[in-house]
Amino acid sequence: MDTESFDLLLDTLRRFVAERLRPLEAQVADTDAIPDSLIAEMREMGLFGLSIPEEFGGLGLSMVEEIEVAFVLGGTTPAMRSAFGTNVGIGSQAIVQDGNDAQKAAWLPRIASGEIITSFALTEPDVGSDSGAVKTRATKAKSDDGADGYRLSGSKRYITNADKADLFTVMARTGGEGASGVSAFLVPRDSAGLSVGAPEAKMGQQGAHVCDVNFDDVFVPAENRVGPEGEGFKVAMRVLDRGRLHISAVCVGVAERLIADAVAYATQRKQFGQPISDFQMIQAMIADSKAECMAAKALVRETARKKDAGARITLDCAAAKLIASEMVGRVADRAVQILGGAGYIADYGVERLYRDVRLFRIYEGTSEIQRLIIARETIKAGG
Amino acid sequence: MKILVPVKRVIDYNVKPRVKADGSGVDLANVKMSMNPFDEIAVEEAIRLKEKGPAEEIIAVSVGPAKATETLRTALAMGADRAILIETDETVEPLGVAKLLAKVVEAEAPQLVILGKQAIDDDSNQTGQMLAALLGWGQGTFASKVVVEGDSVDVTREVDGGLETVKLKLPAIVTTDLRLNEPRYASLPNIMKAKSKPLEQKTPEDYGVDIAPRLKTLKVVEPPVRQAGIKVADVDELVAKLKALGVA
Repeated sequence: MDTESFDLLLDTLRRFVAERLRPLEAQVADTDAIPDSLIAEMREMGLFGLSIPEEFGGLGLSMVEEIEVAFVLGGTTPAMRSAFGTNVGIGSQAIVQDGNDAQKAAWLPRIASGEIITSFALTEPDVGSDSGAVKTRATKAKSDDGADGYRLSGSKRYITNADKADLFTVMARTGGEGASGVSAFLVPRDSAGLSVGAPEAKMGQQGAHVCDVNFDDVFVPAENRVGPEGEGFKVAMRVLDRGRLHISAVCVGVAERLIADAVAYATQRKQFGQPISDFQMIQAMIADSKAECMAAKALVRETARKKDAGARITLDCAAAKLIASEMVGRVADRAVQILGGAGYIADYGVERLYRDVRLFRIYEGTSEIQRLIIARETIKAGG
Repeated sequence: MKILVPVKRVIDYNVKPRVKADGSGVDLANVKMSMNPFDEIAVEEAIRLKEKGPAEEIIAVSVGPAKATETLRTALAMGADRAILIETDETVEPLGVAKLLAKVVEAEAPQLVILGKQAIDDDSNQTGQMLAALLGWGQGTFASKVVVEGDSVDVTREVDGGLETVKLKLPAIVTTDLRLNEPRYASLPNIMKAKSKPLEQKTPEDYGVDIAPRLKTLKVVEPPVRQAGIKVADVDELVAKLKALGVA
């Protein structure tokens, strides 16, 4: 996209975040729901189609552009982004990256418009970080009217947006043990035998829901398999590489928001007859947060540039996710500290963000898994 | 029906303006600039008139530096059909802008010109009125409601005593007040499409208009800092002080 149009796009988003999303943050957290009218506004804005190619009705942003958008979206509570986040990231990218023409034509236009919500179902009750060990089974079978396909049985856990999802990307075992026995499937919500549990009560990010998804002998037509049999784990890992980079950018955006909130407070709040921002111990916290945030931002931008250039970015994405998610955790902790008593009080919103950002170190791969990936890739490359 | 919507690139309403050290004006170096908020309301009203039926084409026009194309792109992204930039790096006063707009009106023959009641940089509140005078058209200023019916437009105006509704024969000039509407956000797909909408580049010379300033700015100063108040011991002292200040 040309610079002028993209600047206008970012500017419009900044206004949308500041004027429409931020004022509703507390309400979304209190009611654990995003108002339908706001979802409609997000659709109208085109937010559900950020990463969907233009030919399918999306914006077709490059990764370099998408992360700039994510920085801006980080300016509001992560639950808001979650409303369209799965359509932009893990819910749509298996189709974008590995889907065939028919799958793309069938689903992407409706994903881009936000008509349907998508979800990514990998994690299971017994399968978290060891994601190659999925137990959900997909057995070759015929439908009642004789069509070729599979029957899925098993349970998925902590599935983001499952309660609203119309389409799930599901990883299920078609072959033997290990990652090479897993295949990826597109499973519509209305498939017979598919049921979704109640949303879990969570530590933060109220307004964004995670639920169990259960498959009881669910028939999935053969044309809904994404990629060849046994390639599902690779499909999932490619989706997660990209998702990790997007999440890293959101971490940077939230950190920038927290730093701005902390600075605004520190320059107003007076103790011992002067603004607390005059005190060096407060300044040290601001400086550490700012410098760490800039470093993470630079890494995210560099990784996005490499992805657009076609480089292999598994290590880079893991590093960006590790650095950015750990960084925003520290920044949030310092922001609470700078606000002091006010940092612990709900009205100021900082304690809410402190709880919200805790998830970034866990989902789409824990910090520990990111370290394993970084070490594995580094040792493999000899340095 | 064609609608002409003049838009101005001004300092963003969120920015705290700083006066240049030599007092010659406001420092605009590296300052965020945006469409004048009253002009956004004008663009929105034109789009609504197009959505409701009476309008067929919306032309956005701006007088200003090359960067004003950004402001015009915003109008196009919101829903204007095409745009005209009259490029100049000089300061153009309201009379100069009105004369240029009169020429654009001559060329484009719109039935309605909708513009902001004032720009938030100089707060002149003159361009719409001057344009109406130059064209000899009716004007409905400070509009809080605009209804087009046949060959006339009803404009509800925000006046000191309340609301006044005037019926103007088309073609006419409308200037927008704050409560007319809430402008939409340009959607992201429309921002991308805006690039392919036509944007014509002109200069004041193309229209043969002399834009040389008629006014001279003597000095620009920051508003005085508010002084601290004084405490009084009792009501008697308060009354005495007020009398001494001549306000009671």
